[in-house]
Amino acid sequence: MLKIKNLHVSIEGKKILKGFSLDVNAGEIHAIMGPNGTGKSTLAAVLAGKEGYEITDGTVEFEGLNILELEPEERARLGVFLAFQYPVEIPGVSNANFLKAAVNEIRKSKGLDNILPNDFLKMIREKMELVEMSKDFISRSVNQGFSGGEKKRNEIFQLAMLDPKLSILDETDSGLDIDALRIVANGVNKLRTSNNAFIVITHYQRLLEYIVPDIVHVMYDGKIVKSGDKNLALELEEKGYDWVKELDNVPAN
Amino acid sequence: MSNQDQILEELTSTDYKYGFITDIEVENAPKGLTEDTVRFISAKKQEPEWMLEWRLKAFKEWQKMTEPTWANVHYSKIDFQDIIYYSAPKQKPTLNSLDEVDPELLKTFEKLGISLDEQKRLSGVAIDIVFDSVSVKTTFQETLKEKGIIFCSMSEAIREHGELVKQYIGSVVPQKDNFYATLNSAVFSDGSFCYIPKGVRCPMELSTYFRINSAGSGQFERTLLIADDDSYVSYLEGCTAPQRDEHQLHAAVVELIALNNAEIKYSTVQNWYPGDKDGKGGIYNFVTKRGICKGTNSKISWTQVETGSAITWKYPSCILAGDNSIGEFYSVAVTNNMQQADTGTKMFHIGKNTKSRIVSKGISAGKSQNSYRGLVKVHKKAENARNFSQCDSLLMGDKCGAHTFPYLEVGNKSAKVEHEATTSKIGEDMLFYFQQRGIDEETAVAMIVNGFCKEVMDNLPMEFAVEARKLLAISLEGSVG
Ligand SMILES: Nc1ncnc2c1ncn2[C@@H]1O[C@H](COP(=O)(O)OP(=O)(O)O)[C@@H](O)[C@H]1O
Ligand SMILES: [Mg+2]
Repeated sequence: MLKIKNLHVSIEGKKILKGFSLDVNAGEIHAIMGPNGTGKSTLAAVLAGKEGYEITDGTVEFEGLNILELEPEERARLGVFLAFQYPVEIPGVSNANFLKAAVNEIRKSKGLDNILPNDFLKMIREKMELVEMSKDFISRSVNQGFSGGEKKRNEIFQLAMLDPKLSILDETDSGLDIDALRIVANGVNKLRTSNNAFIVITHYQRLLEYIVPDIVHVMYDGKIVKSGDKNLALELEEKGYDWVKELDNVPAN
Repeated sequence: MSNQDQILEELTSTDYKYGFITDIEVENAPKGLTEDTVRFISAKKQEPEWMLEWRLKAFKEWQKMTEPTWANVHYSKIDFQDIIYYSAPKQKPTLNSLDEVDPELLKTFEKLGISLDEQKRLSGVAIDIVFDSVSVKTTFQETLKEKGIIFCSMSEAIREHGELVKQYIGSVVPQKDNFYATLNSAVFSDGSFCYIPKGVRCPMELSTYFRINSAGSGQFERTLLIADDDSYVSYLEGCTAPQRDEHQLHAAVVELIALNNAEIKYSTVQNWYPGDKDGKGGIYNFVTKRGICKGTNSKISWTQVETGSAITWKYPSCILAGDNSIGEFYSVAVTNNMQQADTGTKMFHIGKNTKSRIVSKGISAGKSQNSYRGLVKVHKKAENARNFSQCDSLLMGDKCGAHTFPYLEVGNKSAKVEHEATTSKIGEDMLFYFQQRGIDEETAVAMIVNGFCKEVMDNLPMEFAVEARKLLAISLEGSVG
């Protein structure tokens, strides 16, 4: 589904990603772990198509298509979803309006008509249950006045509504208490199918107790320094991030 | 070039859609302003002596006055002797039917999307059209007459309803009020007059459409609206002008009078030519609008959507004299490119239990400057006055500015006054969030702007709201690519 090869990215001349490679297949959950400032969010932003990043080398293919040339909205319509580490607040635009626009744009790109109001409502109710959102939230402005936990839950709610092929979760667990963490993880687990894939970026092993990854990658200084099964996350937790600095000198597998 | 720069770049290249010029024969007063100009205008309008005297008194006052400089706007000095104070399409003095209107003029209004043909108007909006200095056509007069409603051009009102005009003109905005209002009092050319008799709910929206056409001419219209006891009226005002390289002056005066239990809703969609992206040309819009809630339980509500003009200087105000009276001000002011707006409201609480509500939404883009200036004044005898003010600013890019100047003078301890203000910015992160959900930038901006203005738009009459939304979209069109 996703093939990243030797990706090099700079911001304002500063090298952030330094030869990042990753293959993700349908049905898989990949976890990317690594210390702060290692380039995890940069990777997520580059995949989603945010401006301001200079790609100096490497390729990114999504379902055989070079997506680096596409606008962010085109990538989103193809099925790339990013759950933001810091979701923005949008005053004056209700969650309902926002989601209706998003759902319809994605439908339009597939040649479908706008969703019928009744179907939309039904869908909202169903997906809200998934992340245990309260009803009043749908008429509130997007993320405005939401607590940190609510914002993160809203990201997963949007994910559920848009049903993407590839979801990138950027530290969705940070700032969540244990109950919210469980809710978010349950949501993701229910949304998981053999046709979609997830990249779960996290700082802590905690989330991976709930969302069990197929493969865990350790990232350091702009590239993957070690990959393994879910036990790698435990090992990392135990040995701490100093350990990965040593790994940096060893080629990744 | 970053996304934001690109947005701004394209914003600045948006064209003004009403910029055409109508080629029509006009009769102009000689350039400049002297007592003779005032006499010329009054004679042209076949005015009674008292009106001329009134104008001359204002002119004498004006000669003693100097232009105000306190507003947060900057422009080179206006040469008041370089303006044509009267310009009218050449035509028969009175029009009996649509067939007598100059066909070029009819074409103009077609282009503007306004049908003068009464048969064609499904929505039932009565329109008075002011083209340059004169009112060319008022529709639906007959229907209104049945209810006793007077809706006609100001010139006609002065001739036919002299007593009413004499009683109320200058009663809300006195001749000496301010530099521009005084100028207007001397040289006003036309405008609309409206009287709603006791107990009548006006069955349709009344509307005036203003168009400046002639080069070098100023437009000084005067509107007077009286709602007698227990009456209701909703009044709309729209404005456009051709695209010209030089600045043109527009200095209008609007006076509203609401008697006991009367309600006036006054809505404006102002789209005067704003000038080009470098600030060349455009209308200078210096307007005095004021209403008095004279009777008990009366209500005046101003709603305005301001997208045009190079400079806007405008503070629709309410004098809440009657007990339990209510004043409202809902405003969206959009500035783009080099536009400057200094706008807001004044609420004077004088009667007991008076309430006012101010909702101001400023949108700034390009290199524009957008200022809100508001005054809430509670008189010492105004028991239990209530005011709520909400002033929000939305910035697009970082080359524009938003400023808020709320003034408060409370002379009675029982008053409750609340003020809230927010500033938000359409930044790259916000647009990226939309895009990441499949929504392109242009749609995103429209959604954000519509959401931001919703409370004000909801106050506009239906068809007008649709028009206003389109206008907002146009004035910010191409803001994204
Ligand atoms: N817009 C930016 N401008 C300059 N430097 C940036 C910008 N965004 C991120 N960086 C830098 O890039 C590096 C990687 O950041 P990030 O991708 O956010 O790391 P992580 O998500 O792994 O914590 C950090 O050193 C950070 O300071
Ligand atoms: Mg990060």
